[in-house]
Amino acid sequence: MSSETAAPTEVIRVREVVTRFGDNLVHDRVSLSVRQGEIYGLMGGSGSGKSTLLREMILLLRPQSGSIRVLGKELDRIGRAEAAWLRRQWGVLFQSGALYSSLTVAENVAMKLREYTRLPAAVIDEIVRMKIRMVGLPDHAADLYPAELSGGMVKRASLARALAMDPRLLFLDEPTSGLDPIGAEAFDRLILELRDMLGLTVVMVTHDLDSIWTIVDRFAVLGDHRVIAEGTLEEVIHQPHSIIRQFFWGARGRLRSAHGQ
Amino acid sequence: MAIRQPDLEQEAFPAKGSPLAARVRLEADPEEGWRLYCSGSWLAERLDAAVATLKQVAGRLRDTRVVWDFSAVSQMDSAGMMLHLHYRRRLEQQGCRQEFLGRSQEQQELEALLLRYLPGERGRRRSIAQRLLAPLAALGRTVLQGLRDWRAFLAFLGENAVVLAQSLLHPLSLRFDAIAKNIEDAGVRALPIITLTSFLIGVVIAYQGAVQLQKFGANIFIVDMIGISVTRELAPLITAIVVAGRTGSSYTAQLGVMKITEEIDAMKVMGFDPQRFLVLPRILALMIALPLMIFFADLVGIFGGMVVAHLHLNLSWSEFIHRLQNVVAVKHFWIGIFKGPFFAWLIAVVGCFRGLQVSRDTESIGYYTTVSVVNSIFLVIACDALFSVVFTELGI
Ligand SMILES: Nc1ncnc2c1ncn2[C@@H]1O[C@H](COP(=O)(O)OP(=O)(O)O)[C@@H](O)[C@H]1O
Ligand SMILES: [Mg+2]
Repeated sequence: MSSETAAPTEVIRVREVVTRFGDNLVHDRVSLSVRQGEIYGLMGGSGSGKSTLLREMILLLRPQSGSIRVLGKELDRIGRAEAAWLRRQWGVLFQSGALYSSLTVAENVAMKLREYTRLPAAVIDEIVRMKIRMVGLPDHAADLYPAELSGGMVKRASLARALAMDPRLLFLDEPTSGLDPIGAEAFDRLILELRDMLGLTVVMVTHDLDSIWTIVDRFAVLGDHRVIAEGTLEEVIHQPHSIIRQFFWGARGRLRSAHGQ
Repeated sequence: MAIRQPDLEQEAFPAKGSPLAARVRLEADPEEGWRLYCSGSWLAERLDAAVATLKQVAGRLRDTRVVWDFSAVSQMDSAGMMLHLHYRRRLEQQGCRQEFLGRSQEQQELEALLLRYLPGERGRRRSIAQRLLAPLAALGRTVLQGLRDWRAFLAFLGENAVVLAQSLLHPLSLRFDAIAKNIEDAGVRALPIITLTSFLIGVVIAYQGAVQLQKFGANIFIVDMIGISVTRELAPLITAIVVAGRTGSSYTAQLGVMKITEEIDAMKVMGFDPQRFLVLPRILALMIALPLMIFFADLVGIFGGMVVAHLHLNLSWSEFIHRLQNVVAVKHFWIGIFKGPFFAWLIAVVGCFRGLQVSRDTESIGYYTTVSVVNSIFLVIACDALFSVVFTELGI
């Protein structure tokens, strides 16, 4: 499925990234790499700079120094045309969904297809409805406005929008936060299924231990402004760093880690 | 079973007409019927040429055999597959027998996946009668909406009056800090723009008047003209219009955003009546600030007139002020100031009401802000006209 191949291709490579906001040092030489076809987790406490790193990968923010390479393009030397091309290769699910509130779900999903292709309206409409079903929303949700959706439906609609153009790369910022445990599990399963069906590479910010246990192939833990561990669950969980011990062996983690899998 | 994994090195920007663009070619089939040769990469952003060809040829293929040949298709994503499925369904409806050649394993998997989620036919289009009646329905909806607006507005005024009465009974419960802050925002910070507009109005009026008065050698009457028109009509009206555009709109936008972010609901559940905490301070602040601003606009407007009188009519500063004191009755000034609180009330009430009408999408902020400004400017002018008639009839 994901990383059986002999030399897995690096889809994203982050090297020595330094980010600061004024005096606030967020990343101090952060490096990590994401391979083709995997679900990669970005973990860390609140404020550890997960969202910021994600925003740097999707060209919303520029790091002070260091390099980020996405799909073979060096982001700090990228031209307009290349940036435009890159932006069509990925879908992003923002932390709050960020659906356009004045458009219906169907219009939200159709937006990129309308702008970037000259497909007949009927075909776009079919694609949109197919994607809406694919993320597990009922058909009638297509004509609802974001204000009329529940939290879980917003996430799903927003995922449908991110998938509209069959991206190769999917960025998810805390996709399961704010969902109930059952909804969160269903959403996790959906992401796993979509990855397998569509051959996506997924980068997800999360501090949901359940997601780490169940769907994430490899992940990085951010803390103390740097990456304190990167790898599969088995590789990371027994590391002695205090943040990792707290994460997996603290009161909430212990139950999972003891009985997990 | 990863369906689409194009290699990373592939060319990112296919030029127009490059072999990477998806294409369709219609040819006669060697055996029978027609053959649709598909080629290139059938990815969403490269489908334009294929779409154009399919649109052209699809109508012509009726009751015949059609062979889709995919052997030259390098990649396909779901948009490409959906395009194919769309026309496949269409040809089926036109009675064509279809066959498929050269489909890769990946394409078949993609097709199976999409067929799993493919929506059925959409409900039928609206009938002609429904479409003819649509404008009528829209009209009805607009009227109904207007009536509902009025009812909501009356309810708003009622609540507002109750809160005001309560506050007057317990004056200490008034939010003085909020009022002071609003006076600063709506009044003090508006002084630069008020200065500019009223000075220019004074200049324009004086200039136009001067030309006419000079013909009759009645230069000195410029003072009467400016003194009365600025204080009684122009300063109040111009100030109110500037304030409606500046403060009325900001009231609507502020309350609208608070509505969207659920801050208003948060206040309600904490037992803070938005009317008392948000609306009343704004109304009172504007009712206090606007008359003061009108007074200020009077000064600046008359000064603007004085400058023109001095430069253009050679009327000295002292002459101008002397005549202003002796001839222009003070009642004109008071009438102008008296209008202030009324205009302010209209602007603030409309601004707050429209702000609270904002629903949960961002577009409605823009809509209601516009509506609020249009409403309040209209109401200010209508109110001014009413005052004109009343005062004239009363002989004031
Ligand atoms: N636009 C910004 N301006 C200033 N500071 C920011 C900005 N965005 C994020 N930060 C700071 O960067 C740090 C990391 O934030 P973030 O990446 O959102 O954390 P999280 O890991 O919870 O997603 C925080 O200390 C935050 O205050
Ligand atoms: Mg975050």
